[in-house]
Order: sequence, then structure tokens, then C-alpha cells
Amino acid sequence: MASHSTQTDILRQAQEFLLVPAGLSSGDLETVMSRVAGHSIDYADLYFQYARHESWSLEEGQVKSGSRHTEQGVGVRAISGEKTGFAYSDDIVMPALLDAAAAARAIARSGNPGNQALSVHAGNGALALYEPHDPLVSLKEDEKVALLLKVEQEARRLDPRVRQVMASLGGSHETVLVMRHDGSLAADIRPLVRLNVTVIVEQDGRREHGSSGGGGRTDYSYFLTEERALGYAREAVRQALVNLEAVPAPAGTMQVVLGSGWPGILLHEAIGHGLEGDFNRKGTSAFANRLGERIASEGCTVVDDGTLAQRRGSLNIDDEGTPTQNTVLIENGILKGYMQDRLNARLMGVAPTGNGRRESYAHLPMPRMTNTYMLPGDKDPQEIIASVKKGLYAVNFGGGQVDITSGKFVFSASEAYLIENGRIGRPVKGATLIGNGPDVLTRVDMVGSDLALDTGVGTCGKDGQSVPVGVGQPTLRIDGLTVGGTEE
Amino acid sequence: MGTITADRHAVGAEDVAAQVLEMARRHGATAAEVDTSAAQGLSVTVRKGDVETVEHHRDKSLSVTVYFGTRCGSASTSDLRTDSLEEAVGAACAIARFTAEDPFNGLADPSLLAKDIPDLDLYHPWALTVDDAIALAARCEAAAFAVDARIVNSEGASVTTHESTDVYANSNGFIGSIRSTRHGISCAMIGEDEGGMQRDYEYTTSRVPGELMAPEMVGEAAARRTVRRLGGRQIKTCQAPVLYEAQAAKSLLSHLVSAVSGPSLYRRSSFLLDTLGQALFPAAIHIYEDPLLKRAMGSAPFDGEGVATARRDLVTGGVLGRYCLDSYAARKLNLVTTGNAGGVHNLTIEPGSEDLAGLLKKMGRGLFVTELIGFGINGVTGDYSRGAAGFWVEDGVPAYPVEEITIAGNLRDMYKGLVAVGRDVDTRHNTRTGSLLIERMTIAGR
Repeated sequence: MASHSTQTDILRQAQEFLLVPAGLSSGDLETVMSRVAGHSIDYADLYFQYARHESWSLEEGQVKSGSRHTEQGVGVRAISGEKTGFAYSDDIVMPALLDAAAAARAIARSGNPGNQALSVHAGNGALALYEPHDPLVSLKEDEKVALLLKVEQEARRLDPRVRQVMASLGGSHETVLVMRHDGSLAADIRPLVRLNVTVIVEQDGRREHGSSGGGGRTDYSYFLTEERALGYAREAVRQALVNLEAVPAPAGTMQVVLGSGWPGILLHEAIGHGLEGDFNRKGTSAFANRLGERIASEGCTVVDDGTLAQRRGSLNIDDEGTPTQNTVLIENGILKGYMQDRLNARLMGVAPTGNGRRESYAHLPMPRMTNTYMLPGDKDPQEIIASVKKGLYAVNFGGGQVDITSGKFVFSASEAYLIENGRIGRPVKGATLIGNGPDVLTRVDMVGSDLALDTGVGTCGKDGQSVPVGVGQPTLRIDGLTVGGTEE
Repeated sequence: MGTITADRHAVGAEDVAAQVLEMARRHGATAAEVDTSAAQGLSVTVRKGDVETVEHHRDKSLSVTVYFGTRCGSASTSDLRTDSLEEAVGAACAIARFTAEDPFNGLADPSLLAKDIPDLDLYHPWALTVDDAIALAARCEAAAFAVDARIVNSEGASVTTHESTDVYANSNGFIGSIRSTRHGISCAMIGEDEGGMQRDYEYTTSRVPGELMAPEMVGEAAARRTVRRLGGRQIKTCQAPVLYEAQAAKSLLSHLVSAVSGPSLYRRSSFLLDTLGQALFPAAIHIYEDPLLKRAMGSAPFDGEGVATARRDLVTGGVLGRYCLDSYAARKLNLVTTGNAGGVHNLTIEPGSEDLAGLLKKMGRGLFVTELIGFGINGVTGDYSRGAAGFWVEDGVPAYPVEEITIAGNLRDMYKGLVAVGRDVDTRHNTRTGSLLIERMTIAGR
């Protein structure tokens, strides 16, 4: 298999990068793990990480600031039953590792550190979804500056009402190495780039803004191909100008048509978080104990897929060394499965799904989404809009949030239009949409054929930890969703 | 008692800062500033009577900004070994070769830097063992379960202790360090009835372990807050007065600060552009910062660039008296820094005379909001639309719980319509406010 050599190569690179400079041998890792694992410890792992991030920002026509961040460290975790002990160190050296091991292991009150022989060996199954190359060196510094200036000039060229352009370019390169208590090793080298543009427009004293951007697990040349960077500038200006014309949004429950792509944040908030394994094991999710039940209309099939090449939410392995996969969450409206890390999978008696993710070595892994999207249906998007007598057509969104216990979720439209008699009417101001996760998808009565994924801008927060994610969906019609405007 | 901090880096943080400034000078920087922090802590969670997690925290970081004339670059690292610090300084200097000249760049005016750094009594370490933390969390959660049979599940009770040393130094000779502690007990419970499940939480936090609420009180409050939400329903779309519970109300002040902060102003992206001297609030409203309060969560003797902090009014008699600026924004706007590099400190809205019951009575009929979700705020226009949960109030008394609704308006109208401030001040946060009553908003529901 072609990816096999890559995987071996990545493991070797990660070891050379993370362990060799610290003078750590396989024998040292075995020693540390033998202090953690043992009687009454069900699972343990070491997570080595080194990451470099950079960002460049432009405002007022100039790139005035740039920054570089480096972080490295090792996290040590021991699990006994439902109990987790965790410690970490930003020094990757043997004494710090042994300290962290002792602190993490204290979670198991009885029993001795194990004496069973373990030997470090390569795990298997890692994917090869992106190149391990460092995006930070994929453009020279003056080329990064020039890219941002081009974006700025494009935005200003498009319309004299553009008064302010803010743009930022960011990249990161991260190497992780996971060693489990059985001695298996897995590694990943993860590039990630992103470009964002926000413009402020002004006309007759009224000001508005528009934002756009994108990226993925690739390098900066991504923004230079297909005029992507310029495309973000054009999109930000277009949105801002639309919003200059916006009238107050309606208030109340009505038919809502959601556009394709980023509006898939609906799925992330309404059902995604509620289908994460931890909440369901603990019974705190509105979806707990509902496997096999109908939670969406017949036309809805939703997956969480970490295996899409170069996507922002994709991973070759999750942060527990499990290869990511395409997990069916909802199939033709029926709840099929949850997203799992190793702890919750073990406690629920199911297989891990490659969704164990952590923000860094200093954070505990949890079940998290990767790229969550709905498969396409057969309706022409134009036909969906034409079917609505009076409602809202929402095509762009800011963030969202969910209360997984009550199931109530929100997501905030940043570009929306009234639909009147099947035609798209005036743009309306941004408004928050609110619904109930367990039944909102049962009201999806038309599914478009135009599946699109977002452009690569999503960051998901849970328990204070941020991880990059993706969403997507085709155009959808929802027969009744509450729209939080001001016009009764 | 420097040795209480087991972390050897805390003791040497000032030395590290000085070392990095020297490296910057050797690299040819004309000016430089450094932030460094070392922190450690313990966090324990108990769920359904058993330990769920024991987390030992130990973090350090350093960030440096270098100036070559009016060009700048920044870098940060979690690795404080000398060669890594050299690398960070080198990276910052490399960036500064490519950034544009910006005449407003630079350090704060030396005459404004804090001279005598007062002790704000922020450092009270807690010799908390893992076993003690587990016992406290278990007491907290057990008290919550005992409140009501409808409390059927738990997200757990947590006990945390955290201490840090934060140092700021710059090449004008300023060096200041702040040692502080933060401790807390929190609890989140799940209630269930025939209408479904609800979750709510309570927490206590303090610089001083002895000033925390008793764990049982935290647990009981979390359970009561959860139970009262059971049976929540949508209401019909309407316009009505909205009373924000203190905990939810602080977000209204955060939106104000964001709108009168430097970047929003010089980017002309604020709905409060050019409003200095204007009556944004009713005449009774007084909002100020109180950075030198002893033991408070937002206290700091100097701001993020070493400028001395002081009690300063923001809104007096309803009129916006100043903006919130750091040196960079101040120079751009041809004003003087207000000591707000890094944010505000103990932003306080002067309490009124009514307690929460009094405010509910004053409102009579309307919505009492206890929780907000989502981010539906347009900072450029002030348009506001957020998800909410709380209670419908009739005759000054909560009548039934409400959920799956939004509240919407424009922040300028909402500030103008701020008719009462409660004396039920929530002091657990850097923003200190009582409950706030807004005259009228649109509520979207059925």
C-alpha cells in the first residue's frame, strides 16, 4: 500500500523530531509507560507534541504585525474505570516525564505499577490525507506580505464604498506522537493554513461588514491557485454590500431555507455535539439511549468524516492514535451511531471511531467532530426556494452554540433574505435562529442535490478546548424554525 | 516565600524577562517588551460520587515584541530554555524585517508607567491535596443530589486551585510582576421530568480559599437552578421588557467595552463611533473601572504595557466620558492611553437600590433571562439577536420557565433603555454588575 511507506516515514520523522533531541530512547519510553500502566489501569498514553504557528495581519493597507508561536510538551494520561489521571510537562525530558507519570498514575489507588514487558512498536492504519510539509516555509516572508496586500487591493478595487480591509494569513505545522500502554506508537505531521478577510463598507453614514476566508491541511500555495485569496476578498465585499441594504429581520417561527456549505453549522450544533460519545455514555445528551430511533426525516443521512483529503477537519490519526473514519451518524433519518474516543468507546462497549481529539498536550482528549455533513438529496435548490410562500433564506452564518441536555441550539445568520411567493426578496439583518436538536431534522422536508463543504474556517470549542473542524450540507428546507429578528 | 512555588521557573521569571530584553538588544532591536508567566494548578472533578478526573496543570510561556524603529514583530514560546528563547527573539526580529513602518508603534510613554506597584493581596495559595479536593467536590455534588428527586444526573462537581506569576518588562526599564491565585468550586447538574432534561450550574471563585462559598451551598444552588428550568416552553413572539440576571447581564457591558475599545474605533467598525460626550445611557447610569480593589478577580496594578492603573470613570450621568485605549490606539486617535492594554479591570456598573425581587416587581410583566446562548452581535451596527432561556414574569413573579426563544434589539436602544440596575452584584468576574432591566426588546418564539 502506497500510504504504508509514508506512515512509517512519518513515525520515524516524529521520533527523530520529538524524542532524539531530548535524548529519549525506546527504552526510556518503556520505562515511563511501565510506571504509568499496570494493575487496575485500563488504558494509558503518552502524547508528545511540537507545533509552530504563525500569523500575519494587515490593516489600513499595510501588514503591520506578525507573530510566531512555538509550543511543545508531553501529556501523560492514565485511566482506571471511569477515572482519568492527567499531568503534563512542557519539558520533554526524562525526569519531567517520570514526574508526570507518577502524578497521572495516582488515579489508581490500589495495585502496583506493572512489570509486564512491553515493547515499543509501530501501530497501524494511519491515513495519508495530506503532505507532512511545513506550510510556514511554503512562501517567503515577503511573499506572505505580498499576498495580503493583493487581497487588500482587490477588495478596494471592487467598490469605492470599501473603507477598511482587514486580512490575516495564518499557518501551523504540528508533529504529534502517541504511545499507548501496549507499546504501540502512532504519529502524524499536520499542516494547516488559513486566510481571512473582513471589510467595512460605508454609504450615507451607514456602515456594515462582510467576512470570508478559507484554508485546509495544505500549504500557502493553496491561496494562490484558482484565485482563492482574491475570491475571499470578493466574497467579503459582496456580503458587506448586501448587508448595507438589509432591512430588519422577521421575528417568529417560519419556513427556513438554508443554503449549502457553511450553513451546515446547523448539523454541528443541532445534532453533532449531542452525538458525541461522552455525553451519551453519561446520559446527559438529549440523544442518549436513542440509537435506532428516528431523529430526522427520511431524506437525511449525516456523517462525520475525518478522511477527506486536505480538509481542515481531517486527521490521519486522531489524538489517541486511532485512524479517522467516515462514521454514519444518521442514515435515512435513523440514529445509527455516536462519535467515540477510546475511553467512552470502551465504557460503552463499542469501537472507537477516530474522534478522540485534544487541543494540545496540556488538554485531555474528548470525543470531537471532524468534518460533519449531510449527503445530498434530489431536489433542485431553485425548486426548494420556489416552494416557499413566505420564509427566510439564510446563506451565511457566524457562530453557533448548543445546550446538549435540553437540545436547544442556536446559529446566527450573517447573510439572509426574505422569501416571498417563491422568490428571493430583500436582504435582512443578521438574526439568530433557535431550534430543538432532537426534532429540527424531522422537519427537514426538502434536501437539495447541491452538497457543498465549507471553505475551511470552522473552529469548534468544547470545555475550553478549540479544534479545527469542517461542516457541509446541501440546500435544505426546514418546515418551522424560530428566527430571532425584531419585526413581529 | 518564593519556594512555595514548586515551579523553579516562577522564581526566575523576572530574570528570564531581563535575559530576553538583552537578547533583543543584541539582535539590534531599538525597543522590546516581554510578557512571561508561570502557572500551576490542580483540578479535580467528581461525578456521581466518584472521581472522574484529576488534572495537574503546569504551564509556562513567554512572548516578546521587538521594535526596529517603527516596525515590529512578535513571537512566543512555551519552552524557556536559552536556545529556544534565542530562537523566539530571532523569529520576532525576522518578522519585523517584513512588517510595515507604523509611526504609532512603540512602548508606552515612560512617564505613565507604574512607579510604585501596590500589593493588591491577590496571592493566597491553597495547600490543597488531591484527596481534600475530591472530598470537597464530593460534598458539593452530594448536596446537589439531595435537593430534589428530579435531579437525576450530574456533569460533576469540580474543585480547582491555580496560581501564577506574570511578569511584564520593557526596554525602558520597567519590570513588574504579579503573583496571584484563583480557586473555585463549581457544579453542573441534570434534572429530568416528563418534559425532558435540563442542565444548569453554579460556581464560586475567589483569590482566597477561605472566601469560597461552602461546597454544599454551591451544590444546592446548582440543583435549584436546574430544577426551576424543568418544564421550559416557548412563548409567543412579542415585545416586552427584559430583565437580565446579573450573571447574564455582564455580557451587555462586555459589548460596550468592545465598542469603545481602540481597534473598533480606529478601524471605524464600532456602532459607538464618535460618541464621546454623548448620553448613551439614562442619566442615572455610572460605569467605572476599579483596578486597585484588593483581592478582586480583575485587579491589576499596571496594564499589559506597564501603565499604572487607577480608578477611572467610563460612563458618568449616562454620558460616555472616555474610550478604552492602549498606547497604540491612543496615538492613532491622538488621545492618551487609558491603561487598558489587555482590557478593562473590575469594570463596575454602580448598583441601584433594588434587589432582584424588587427588579422583578418593577418589571411586572416580561422576560427574566438567566442564560444566553450564541454570538448574534454585530459590533459594526449594534444589532443584537441571541438565544435565551429564563422565566416569563407575571405580576412581578416568575410564572413559568421559558426556552427556545431569542431576544433581539439594537445595543444603542438597549443601553438607552437600561431602566434599572440591581444591587445583586455578581463579583465573581472582572465585570461587576447587578441584574439589568431593559425597557423593551423583541422576543421571538412560537
